[in-house]
Amino acid sequence: MVSARTLRQRAALFQAIRTFFTDRGYLEVDTPVRIPAPAPEAYIEPEPAGDWFLQTSPELCMKRLLAAGIPQIFQLCKCFRRHERGGRHLPEFTMLEWYQAKADYSDLMAECEQLLPFVATQLGYGDEVVTERGLVSLAGPWQRLTVAEAFDRFGSMPLADALAGDCFDEVLVRDIEPQLGVGTPAFLCDYPASLGSLARLKPDNPAVAERFELYVGGVELANGFSELSDAVEQRRRFESEQRLIGALGRTPAPMPESFLAELPAMGGAAGIALGVDRLLMLLLGANSIDQVVPFTPESLS
Amino acid sequence: MYSASDLRKGLKISIDGEPYIITDFSFSKPGKGQALYRCRIRNMITGNASDRTYRSNDKFEKAPLEERTMQFLYEQGGEYHFMDNKTYEQIALNEEQMGDTTSFLMDNMDVEVLLFSDRPIGVTPPTFVELTVTKADPWVKGDTSGSDTKPVTVETGFVLQVPPFIEEGEKIQIDTRTGEYVTRVKS
Repeated sequence: MVSARTLRQRAALFQAIRTFFTDRGYLEVDTPVRIPAPAPEAYIEPEPAGDWFLQTSPELCMKRLLAAGIPQIFQLCKCFRRHERGGRHLPEFTMLEWYQAKADYSDLMAECEQLLPFVATQLGYGDEVVTERGLVSLAGPWQRLTVAEAFDRFGSMPLADALAGDCFDEVLVRDIEPQLGVGTPAFLCDYPASLGSLARLKPDNPAVAERFELYVGGVELANGFSELSDAVEQRRRFESEQRLIGALGRTPAPMPESFLAELPAMGGAAGIALGVDRLLMLLLGANSIDQVVPFTPESLS
Repeated sequence: MYSASDLRKGLKISIDGEPYIITDFSFSKPGKGQALYRCRIRNMITGNASDRTYRSNDKFEKAPLEERTMQFLYEQGGEYHFMDNKTYEQIALNEEQMGDTTSFLMDNMDVEVLLFSDRPIGVTPPTFVELTVTKADPWVKGDTSGSDTKPVTVETGFVLQVPPFIEEGEKIQIDTRTGEYVTRVKS
């Protein structure tokens, strides 16, 4: 059972996040958890709930709010992903997502650099956190390196070979992730275009997507990108993900038609999802996600 | 048949016809990427350890392992002969398969023999065994060396640390999991 102190820190973290975004003019929203058509993503498996699904992320509903003309929104909510269970994974977890119209992924990185020191201070910590990979200073600016650079520097093979050999994830997890966010947090940027299904391609280099992941002490904390607002291209990518889901032996969920219909109205925007349980792990120095939630699924049955 | 989500520490699986035990396990999943099941596995025959990473669609055979209670009969030329107490079937294991168990093995002792597809691959002795001390330095009263243990040799040739009052010819109980002295056995 989690301690009363941890529950108080958890509540203080929610409070600090709300203060941070409210002070910056963001509107807190709460979109439905049960939805008919989650974004088709090959390696994220939604939990069925009747004929619909529990959200794997509030992304599509939040983009529809952007399209409706609300320029800055954030949400703290539960997300559900089947079969994800480990030291840093729960099949039901708490997500923070925020979206900003007319912004791109570098604006989000700058906001991350301000958010983490703010919440750490609000919870009574300094701007240093203790991780499994040693002390990490949250004082900016943080490291930025591209996926290609990270493979060159830390990988057992270059990025092109990993993609050709179908072992991108293996090399990333084994060789690269433990080296990211050591000493200072790191943004891993510019993913191969095929690995950013909802991200905009870089205008001057369409081989890469404007997507980044934030790492602190070797732990992945957030995933953000400049949003793709081209509905035709988005449908094409969703269809490709649906084919992959079928090839993996699962039945794809229906195409999110209402989202695709409203997407062109969104215009340029950037959005990010951050694992709140992992952020609390980081602040408390916990080495398992089990230590920072009131109940694990196993403790319920 | 196991699937990747069944993998966990302690699970025994069969790979390329050999039994492996998972000694360390972690689940990872890079953002938007595939679920990866990273295992440290040990070959239960050779003892060799290695790292493997599996994906969610990978499937695994259960290792066909069976434990049978057998009686130790005799050792000859490095071969240790055992008999199944129920079927009277006899089998032999070599020094390597016996491992550390020879340190505790006495005639007629019942042990657990681990079989992989009916092939013996290991032996577990009883948790506690009683063995006679065959060699011990006498206890010198007033010893000021400050040491509170001394080495003795038991009848199997095994050497261990015991309290200084244990003398030659006495029987002692040993924990076979650690090889440590437990208590003196009153005769």
